[in-house]
Amino acid sequence: MLRLTGITKSYGGRRVLDDVSFDVAPGRLTGFVGGNGAGKTTTMRIVLGVLGKDSGGVDLDGAPVTSSDRRRFGYMPEERGLYPKMKVLEHIVYLARLHGFSKTEATKRAQDLLERLGLGERLGDNVETLSLGNQQRAQIAAALVHDPEVLILDEPFSGLDPLAVDVVASVLQARAAEGSAVLFSSHQLDVVERLCDDLVIIAGGTIRAAGTREELRARHTEKRYELVSGGDAGWVREVPGVTVVEFDGGYAVFDVDTEETAQTVLRGAVQRGDVTSFAPQHPTLAQIFKEVIQ
Amino acid sequence: MSTPTTSPTNRPAPSTAQSVWLVAEREIGSKLRSKAFVISTAILFVIALAGVIWGGFTARDTSGIPVAVTPDATSQVQGIEGIDITDAADRAAAEDLIRDGKVDAAIVGDSSSPIGYALVAESSAPTTLLLLLAKTPPVELLEPDETGGALRYLVAIGFGAVFLLAASLFGGTIAQSVVEEKQTRVVEILISAVPTRALLAGKVIGNTILAMAQILGLAAIAVIGLSVTGQAALLQGLGGPIAWFAVFFFFGFILLASLFAAAAAMVSRQEDIGSTTTPLTFLVMAPYFLVIFFNDNPLVVGIMSYVPFSAPVGMPLRLFLGDAQWWEPLLSLVILIVTCVAAILLGAKIYENSLLRMGGRVKLAEALRG
Repeated sequence: MLRLTGITKSYGGRRVLDDVSFDVAPGRLTGFVGGNGAGKTTTMRIVLGVLGKDSGGVDLDGAPVTSSDRRRFGYMPEERGLYPKMKVLEHIVYLARLHGFSKTEATKRAQDLLERLGLGERLGDNVETLSLGNQQRAQIAAALVHDPEVLILDEPFSGLDPLAVDVVASVLQARAAEGSAVLFSSHQLDVVERLCDDLVIIAGGTIRAAGTREELRARHTEKRYELVSGGDAGWVREVPGVTVVEFDGGYAVFDVDTEETAQTVLRGAVQRGDVTSFAPQHPTLAQIFKEVIQ
Repeated sequence: MSTPTTSPTNRPAPSTAQSVWLVAEREIGSKLRSKAFVISTAILFVIALAGVIWGGFTARDTSGIPVAVTPDATSQVQGIEGIDITDAADRAAAEDLIRDGKVDAAIVGDSSSPIGYALVAESSAPTTLLLLLAKTPPVELLEPDETGGALRYLVAIGFGAVFLLAASLFGGTIAQSVVEEKQTRVVEILISAVPTRALLAGKVIGNTILAMAQILGLAAIAVIGLSVTGQAALLQGLGGPIAWFAVFFFFGFILLASLFAAAAAMVSRQEDIGSTTTPLTFLVMAPYFLVIFFNDNPLVVGIMSYVPFSAPVGMPLRLFLGDAQWWEPLLSLVILIVTCVAAILLGAKIYENSLLRMGGRVKLAEALRG
């Protein structure tokens, strides 16, 4: 278990992280979401020890993280970094060997991983000749090749096409299934929503929400329904206990005080004409995110 | 490891030596694969070979060195190849021959000389001739002159140029490679795998190996070139200084390499390298210009031969000219090694403190404080 407690960091008087605390559990994918400049990258760099912190602690399994613990971390920095003039396979093998694998084992691992990431055809090409998306895959291989116990990835999905997103997602899930703690940041909230077991939402350098996906959803679910009907749905406003959120002709989104009120609305709609759809609405991560960071 | 599922990697970390060697290996490999490097090295070797052969021919002359010999010294020059003897009746006649330009030097009997004879020359003693003689006689110059012989000049420039080229080429390589890692952020991945010092040591060692290989290649070319052109005597005189040069270069290069790496770690972009490495570039260039302008000034060369940055050029030159005592290169080498150790410690500190500071240039005071 990777645990961050009370981390603060200031740059020249401006506080960029304030009392940041959350856990990244082994065997799970934790999504780290926040707007631009919210402090995601700063937090990740502090966990990796490439940036100092003003106060707070980073613990692994109850003890402060040491530099030898960090050998078992995998990291994908925000600004992609590989040697441009090295061949893809050779590069990943080099990193695996720096982590202590023998040459043969390093080669085998690098080859397997790159193939799983869809770079099997490009093993002998220089990194700089790869497209950005492919460089990204190579970068992910660099973070993963030594079977890290903790995996920290800064925006691993940015710039990937939907198929590549799936490939990378499956590799990360496999890694988590093998017991690694995986933390990744992303702007693609739909991907995070689909993939993550746990979520951490940061804004303005403070953690606004953290927990499992289900917890967060439950916490932020209002009794909200969506109605699509043939006639004008303006009458819904008049039903006691209803607050209309959105309204357009036969379409309405509204909150209700009790389940009974919802049923009243449905009966009313059926009496007035055809009902195309009537369903409770679960908030998407994007909605929760907007709500939480306000 | 309290959670049983979280330890897929209970692999022992590689030892520091292994990490250092992996880094060094990569440095060497990436350099050897660079076409620019291979071609420039080939050109350097060709130029060196041409220089040695040309220098050899210049020094040899076609029929040997014309030397006037007085009857009382004839026995001293018997059996020496490569000189062209003109008999002179006495010392005055020999000196006339020198002044007329008919001979380069004269060997005359001299009762005040410990070996029974002395060498007289016009403005400078022909170095090649001194090398040919079994014992070094006292030299008397008729018109002492500030300019040295052509050979002294060639040797001085040779050591100076080789030092300049190799040190700036590989110093620059280290600097670039440090900044490349910072600029591409690959350094953030690297230092999560290996200690910072191992990274620095690997870079310095890798480039030192390459630089030494180049120096030894050049030394081999010098030896081969001199043998081919039949300059066995010159080779005998140059062999020792070349060997010393290689030893001095080895430590001198490690010294410079550590400083280049440290200086480069202070910036984050290739464009900014110049702002911190320029002072070092001057240090690399200084010995070259000093030997060009002052190779005949014993005081300057003497000082050069002890200052760590110029000792690799200054001391071999003095050894070649024969004006260094046997202990002098050893003392100078000790000074160089001590400075080298200090530079490694200083360089490692600056490197460690600056490596992860991205953005603007790191101030030297900050880099030293940490």
